[in-house]
Amino acid sequence: MSELTQTLPPVSRPLGMIAGKALVALFTLTLIYVAYTVYMIGQPLFGLLVMIVALVFFFVFGLRRFYFARFIFPGIATMVLFVVFPILYTIYLGFTNYGSFNLLTFQRAQEVILEAKTVDKSAAVPFAVAPEGDAYRVYLGDESGGFLSAPLALDGTPATVDAEPVSTSPAELLERRAAIALRTGLAEVELILPDGASLRNAGLREFAPITPKFELLENDILRNVETGALLTPDHEIGFYVDEAGEQIAPGWRTNIGTGNFERILQSEGIRGPMGAIFIWTVVFAVASVALTFAIGLILASILQWEHLRFKAAYRILLILPYAVPAFISILVFKGLFNQNFGEINLILEALFGIRPDWMTNGTLARTMLLIVNTWLGYPYMMLLAMGFLQSIPQEQKKAAYLEGAGMIRVFFTITLPQIIPPFLPLLLASFAFNFNNIVLVLLLTRGGPDIPGTIIPAGKTDILGSFTYRIAFMDSGTQFGLAGAITLLIFVLVSIIAYANFVAMRRAARKA
Amino acid sequence: MIVENKRELLVKKIAAHGFMLVFLALVMFPFLVVISISFREGNFTTGDLIPRNPTLEHWYLAFGLEYTRTDGTVVPPPYPVLLWMWNSIKVALIAATGVLAVSTISAYAFSRIRFIGRAALLDSLFIIQMFPTTLALIALYAVFDSMGDISPVVGIDSHWSLVLVYLSGVMMHIWTIKGYFDSIDSALDKAAAVDGASPWQTFRMIFLPLAVPIMSVVFVLVFIGVINDYPLASILLRSEENLTLAVGSRLYLNEFKYLWGDFAAAAILSGLPITVVFLIAQKYLVSGLSDGAVKG
Repeated sequence: MSELTQTLPPVSRPLGMIAGKALVALFTLTLIYVAYTVYMIGQPLFGLLVMIVALVFFFVFGLRRFYFARFIFPGIATMVLFVVFPILYTIYLGFTNYGSFNLLTFQRAQEVILEAKTVDKSAAVPFAVAPEGDAYRVYLGDESGGFLSAPLALDGTPATVDAEPVSTSPAELLERRAAIALRTGLAEVELILPDGASLRNAGLREFAPITPKFELLENDILRNVETGALLTPDHEIGFYVDEAGEQIAPGWRTNIGTGNFERILQSEGIRGPMGAIFIWTVVFAVASVALTFAIGLILASILQWEHLRFKAAYRILLILPYAVPAFISILVFKGLFNQNFGEINLILEALFGIRPDWMTNGTLARTMLLIVNTWLGYPYMMLLAMGFLQSIPQEQKKAAYLEGAGMIRVFFTITLPQIIPPFLPLLLASFAFNFNNIVLVLLLTRGGPDIPGTIIPAGKTDILGSFTYRIAFMDSGTQFGLAGAITLLIFVLVSIIAYANFVAMRRAARKA
Repeated sequence: MIVENKRELLVKKIAAHGFMLVFLALVMFPFLVVISISFREGNFTTGDLIPRNPTLEHWYLAFGLEYTRTDGTVVPPPYPVLLWMWNSIKVALIAATGVLAVSTISAYAFSRIRFIGRAALLDSLFIIQMFPTTLALIALYAVFDSMGDISPVVGIDSHWSLVLVYLSGVMMHIWTIKGYFDSIDSALDKAAAVDGASPWQTFRMIFLPLAVPIMSVVFVLVFIGVINDYPLASILLRSEENLTLAVGSRLYLNEFKYLWGDFAAAAILSGLPITVVFLIAQKYLVSGLSDGAVKG
């Protein structure tokens, strides 16, 4: 841009400005279009947000007086769209019944129910397919005559054609197997007989009159065409219900207030494991930070020792666990800890004759999780500690040694107190990270072994984050609503940690 | 330790080296075993730690080649590892470029342009940044699931959706780069302003060239972060040919199809390049990490 203004003659400047303005207008319109479409397909909140982003974009880039905001607009916009909004929206979903049974919007759910068809088996007629060049005709009837359709492509596009009466069957008919191979094409075909009856493919051998099962009355009430039974929409629970109160799938997503929270509080099968998981999450995070910090600091102190040789080699080998992508290391450990054919048990059996059941015993599984996490995390602490150790004046240590203090005493009275304050924000950050370290749990144990007697899958090694992930995306079917409700709990906890971290960071910055 | 006893020092030295070697043996154990397993026959063998009949089978499969055993059976590669690797690299390169562009521009504004609410904005962004994306997974899934109706490009199972979400992780890096910009002498941009440069020109002609070192650090950090991401990729990607390494590798150790040997070779093949990149960059990365964290 700057080169443009320097090299181009002044005449072209208005042109460039017009082009710029046109670009801004075009992009704004595109965003508004996206906002509108998103709004229409059932994400009104996200649509609204995109709309706001579009308007802000227009003012920031269209008007000169907001020039400065142009620099920070892209960063803020992506953060708002893909971090702030999704977190808040996830929590909002905690107040809805969104999940695998209530996945659709009301309109879509109604459409799906209206698409249900009744097959009149009593009026079914056998069919055959007659090839004709590239196309096919559907023949309904037997040798003594029937109805032959107009030519059809049978390529999967919906087609409605007339069928005319004929007195003999076509000369060439496809084998049954070849006809079955065309079933996706046949499923889209509607045949109209001369008397106006409409027939559709019903099963591998027959065409039959197929009529919609329900008709739409006013107030969104549905009536069963055949029996006259009525289905009424219940927006409280997000389902159509019949007169007996039975729910008809699919449901739609709707606001159920504090329903999910009541479920968590009232159901022992959810509340019990959640309490256990919460405690384990805190224990896991604290233990991970403590272990990695302790080991990292010890290693850093040794590496700092002036008389130690091969420092560079030790250092590079020690940070290897940090350098290897974590997902690979975790999976490697998953294989090594395998109870039946893992190398760790192979060695333990050869040496001590034991085969610990790492994956099925809760305590051992938790121990394994901590071992692996310490292995993964100590190099980061070591690297940070090495930096902080260097900032401690050597004179103080020397003075202490002169006074006759031992190595251990010097470490605890001089080194540690000076290291902890600058380290504190990083330890808090590490705690926050491990509090949500779902990659480790999902890849290593998937939460297992399961806690017995729970309604939803909950494991001994599950932390709150992995527990939520499993409710939302794995085995139990997708219960987004319930997962959203638990996310609110995690959100509150993370907020506290984040605020503490913020305060600690401020203090560290002020001192520095 | 001014007065050193020679003998005592020797004992200490031996103790220190001894401790280091034992610790290193424990830490290196998984790496050595994985290398050995990648040359071992079969996927279940609980044989020796040093393979008795070394085979290249797992390595052929990891490279996506068929392997013909001595008895004539042809083993097809179980998973497209190289394709997954390419997916990971592709997404990581695009995301890292995007994050770099967005965060450098924002960092410049936060460092140099005085506007109302700047400090408050910085603080709130810092706090927001501490909330992990795992909290947003469900909504992200719901939003992209719906957006797929508009265009599959921004739907589930699209790399572009993934890139969009990774782009939102700019905050940490805005802080890192801002810390760097803060250390640049303000006389430079004042001189530029006197010469009539607009803020954009100052950024483009003065700050951008100066920021190359910190930008390469950020680029590598984002690149590695994206390659390592599991939760987001696991919910946004579906089909096997679209998976990234982090999501795909998990398939190897499925209870019903346990491919320990094949995994070992694939893990080394895919892990090695990233490890090397990291080791080369680590000196700068680490200083970047702690600087970005401490500078307010």
